[in-house]
Amino acid sequence: MKLEGKKRIWDDYQKEIADNNYYFQRSCIRQNFFPGSEHAFLKILKNELGKDICDDEHHTTCTGIGYHADVVLFETIMTVVARHFALMTEKGYENMIISCVTSFGIYTEILETWKHFPDVLKKVRQHLKKATGREFEIPKNIAHASDIIFKFREEIAARAKYRLINRNTGEPLKIVEHIGCHYSKMFPVHGVGGAEFPYVLQGMVESWGGQIIDYPERRHCCGFGFRQYLVKANRGYSVANSKKKFESMKPYKPDMIVCNCPGCTMFMDKWQYTISEMEGKTYDENGFGIPVLTYEEMAGLVLGYNPWELGLQMHEVQSEPLLDKMGVAYHPDEKYKDAAGNYLGEPAFPTNLKVCV
Amino acid sequence: MKDFGFTITKDRQIDYDQHDHRLLQFVLENEPSFQACISCGGCTATCSAGNLIDFNIRKLNMLLRRGETEGLEKEINKCMLCGKCMLVCPRGINTRNVILKIKEAIQKFR
Amino acid sequence: MTKKVAIIGGGIAGMEAASVLSRMDIEVLLIEKRQQLGGHVGEWDHLFPNFRPASEITRSLLNALQNNNIKICANTVVTGIARKAGLFEVKTNQNQNFKVDGILLATGFDLFDAHKKEEYGYGIYENVITSADLEKKLKGGNVLTTASGCVPKRIAMIHCVGSRDEKAGYFHCSRVCCITAVKQAIEIRQKLPNVEIFCFYMDLRMYGKGFEEIYREAQEKWGIQFVRGRLSEAGENIDGGLQIKSEDTLSGRPLKMIVDMIVLMVGMVPAESTSQMAKMLGIHLSGDGFIAHDDVHFGSNITNVPGIFTAGTITSPMTISDTIADARSAALKICEYIA
Repeated sequence: MKLEGKKRIWDDYQKEIADNNYYFQRSCIRQNFFPGSEHAFLKILKNELGKDICDDEHHTTCTGIGYHADVVLFETIMTVVARHFALMTEKGYENMIISCVTSFGIYTEILETWKHFPDVLKKVRQHLKKATGREFEIPKNIAHASDIIFKFREEIAARAKYRLINRNTGEPLKIVEHIGCHYSKMFPVHGVGGAEFPYVLQGMVESWGGQIIDYPERRHCCGFGFRQYLVKANRGYSVANSKKKFESMKPYKPDMIVCNCPGCTMFMDKWQYTISEMEGKTYDENGFGIPVLTYEEMAGLVLGYNPWELGLQMHEVQSEPLLDKMGVAYHPDEKYKDAAGNYLGEPAFPTNLKVCV
Repeated sequence: MKDFGFTITKDRQIDYDQHDHRLLQFVLENEPSFQACISCGGCTATCSAGNLIDFNIRKLNMLLRRGETEGLEKEINKCMLCGKCMLVCPRGINTRNVILKIKEAIQKFR
Repeated sequence: MTKKVAIIGGGIAGMEAASVLSRMDIEVLLIEKRQQLGGHVGEWDHLFPNFRPASEITRSLLNALQNNNIKICANTVVTGIARKAGLFEVKTNQNQNFKVDGILLATGFDLFDAHKKEEYGYGIYENVITSADLEKKLKGGNVLTTASGCVPKRIAMIHCVGSRDEKAGYFHCSRVCCITAVKQAIEIRQKLPNVEIFCFYMDLRMYGKGFEEIYREAQEKWGIQFVRGRLSEAGENIDGGLQIKSEDTLSGRPLKMIVDMIVLMVGMVPAESTSQMAKMLGIHLSGDGFIAHDDVHFGSNITNVPGIFTAGTITSPMTISDTIADARSAALKICEYIA
């Protein structure tokens, strides 16, 4: 594979990302399944980078899952999004950061719609005014949260406590990246590096010492698909997509998977457990599975944050083998304690997927 | 193994590299005219059997070419060997013999 | 007084038109931006449908240019054309200033830049090459090998790269790629008898004399396989092989296979210079970006600007046979005009 060829494409897909003063739009899934991610994001932006970021308790879900599952109408989701713009406007911000790839896809789709159909925008303004009395400005800059981490990847590298390097061998960690369909497949120009050879996660991995592995099914969807996993009988179809990816990446022996999208992180992680239970298969050499991290969790490890504060114990595939490779210090006995030090109890253990005890 | 109330969907992609191409090789060696098929479907349109039951001689050719030979035996027995397909083939393929050679190959590589 | 014509572009269209006009006692300035005449054909190894060496064509056209009526200006680019007293004044980057009675545009086409089809990985995956790259390799006479120096066992030829593709920005059919794929597939099989070759096509357009015959020969004699389906993406596997995905549309199912090499049949697109030239001269372009004819049946070679004519692929993709015929017809039309 020729790196110059990829660089040529990356040059074509540069994206303007605001430098400071952000309004933060959280994700539903991430707050539930990877609760440390957004916490780490805010900590990195505020404490490490000294940025001004507004974390607003008044915003709601974007209703994206409902929209993609056909229970929320486009008119409704546009008005919900308009309300979020109104909250941003009221707080005096112009740059929006969106934590979820599904939301990011929806926001870009809506803004694109308004650009081509000003009448729709006019109507949405009326709907919002009628329903809430609010008015809004369209953000000057919209970025996905990973775009921000990407933008400041060298600043993070400069403060790194650990690097994405195998302590024992001195080799870079082999990392699979997965950007999620709605980050740039709908609008390649809005994604760092475009859709075919996205650079947003690869840029972070490179800056922090790791090595990206590019495998044949890299571009394949994780299988989330909204209504596919929502209906239990359809979940086998969702799993099969992730399985296709695992089979394709397995020969490269990846040390971890880093994901951009909440849905992908959830399914690349949880379906490994499901497949191990249904077929007895795991996708690393030793039966532990391949750890799946969000980019903030990865950044947090690099910055030396406590893995349990990052919430890595909340994942299905446990990350101790990765922590050992990176040389990250951690206390096994604190794994199942909350922030105040109270013991939370151990979760049930999987049958086939190995877990460090 | 655990039952979660669903099964993992089997891939319906044709994985060319996982398939058995011996049948195709045998047919091509013994009825070389088969090589020239352009999948026009003339044979299927005129097929005595295919007009009444689920039998598609053009698709049979595709299955063989992609090495998807599972279930081929059941399929091939639907042919009435009337030879009408030979009359319409624009590439002059001896389609009737193709069927006979497929049958022979199935026996041979069973 | 002898009449003068400037021909811009020294590919096969310009060369043939020059020799025809010179034999009609018209003085010809043949202006070529490169050192060598012959254009794209000069880069090619062998030609469809009869596998003759491309050099035979350029040599024979060159021989016909050995004529006192023809002045060849190589390494020359036209920088301006102005109309003065019924004549055209042609300025070049060599500080020349020619006065001519008519102008023939024969600046041809560009090959589609395969990098634009990002999902095919040209310039990224080592074993993805274009039909033009393959032709250079064949011309070099070396054994065809993969990037790691192995003899390929399986090769995929991908039709319609940059043609009939809204995403690539070109709706038109390039006309020569289907038959070029068949020609190149046969040539590879002749050199590497054990290689398997698959052509992935959307429609096979075997319209020319002798085309259907060599398509059939490709199937019957050389065992080349044709899959009706457009390549959706390629990805490199751990061994440097390429996993390709297409629909096998005649089976109605997606298909994947591993190949050692991909050859992208790049199409013919309007040359970068065409739109600049058209702007400078006020010549109309058609929707496909090539130069337009006002009448689709009777208008060939004639532009909307009196005295300016076209020959060859500046108006549309063409085979060599069609280009030669178009150049002769252009010579006739320009001759009628200046007489």
